Amino acid sequence: MKKLMIADDSNIVRSKIARALGQHGLHIVGLAANGREALELFKSARPEVVTMDLTMPEMDGIECIRKIRALDPRVRILVVSALSDKATAIQALKEGAQGFLDKPFTEAELSDAIGELLEDSNHG
Amino acid sequence: MDETQLKAFVGIVQNYFDKITGNPAEVGTPFLGEPGDLPIHDFTGVIGISGNQRGCVYFSAPALMLREILLRAGETDLSDGNLADITGEIANTIAGNARREFGSEFLISVPVVVRGSGQHITMPKDVKAYVIPLRWRKIAASLVVSVGKA
Repeated sequence: MKKLMIADDSNIVRSKIARALGQHGLHIVGLAANGREALELFKSARPEVVTMDLTMPEMDGIECIRKIRALDPRVRILVVSALSDKATAIQALKEGAQGFLDKPFTEAELSDAIGELLEDSNHG
Repeated sequence: MDETQLKAFVGIVQNYFDKITGNPAEVGTPFLGEPGDLPIHDFTGVIGISGNQRGCVYFSAPALMLREILLRAGETDLSDGNLADITGEIANTIAGNARREFGSEFLISVPVVVRGSGQHITMPKDVKAYVIPLRWRKIAASLVVSVGKA
């Protein structure tokens, strides 16, 4: 069972992601409300899969992705963000995310996105 | 802000409600708001805009609508904390989605949520504020967009 961390400044979004991804056999090891908290949780819990919001207080998602990737290049990161322009998605992928899901999203869309992320990880 | 940009916000609001609740919102005709008389409901999520534009975008809704949205989204905790949370998240999502229209230099702040319909939101003085009225399940709410070139 892969370990999952969810980083989003909205409690509602964290809950929604946790509910939806429980069905994917992921074990939730941390819920973070900002980038700094996500980085600390990552260091202690060492999740293999992360969902990451971009607009967060304290430390934004892009900086957090960069720092997490420096700690563990194998981690799989799905960005879940309202910043839905192409330039932002490309920047997130360049920094080390493997997937990008626009907000607002349905649970089915999230399931598909995380399924693709895990499939790539199994094949990679 | 031109008509195309205003229409972009209308489309974003319709998409949000459709996707999150399964029921699209009815969006009324946008109008120019009076600075001292902008609509404020029980919860208001305010996003500051900087970069290639400046100003703010806010979403304001009554608690009744927010509770219904939470229930539709599968949430059972209907506390005021979660009503404030969903208000900020809606404002953040609408403003963030507007980058498709305004580009990646359209920078958005984290949301600030104001509680109480008697509150006043400080708007930029020299930027017009457009009110986009909406109804969802017969409940009225408002999106206010006050954005101009930096």
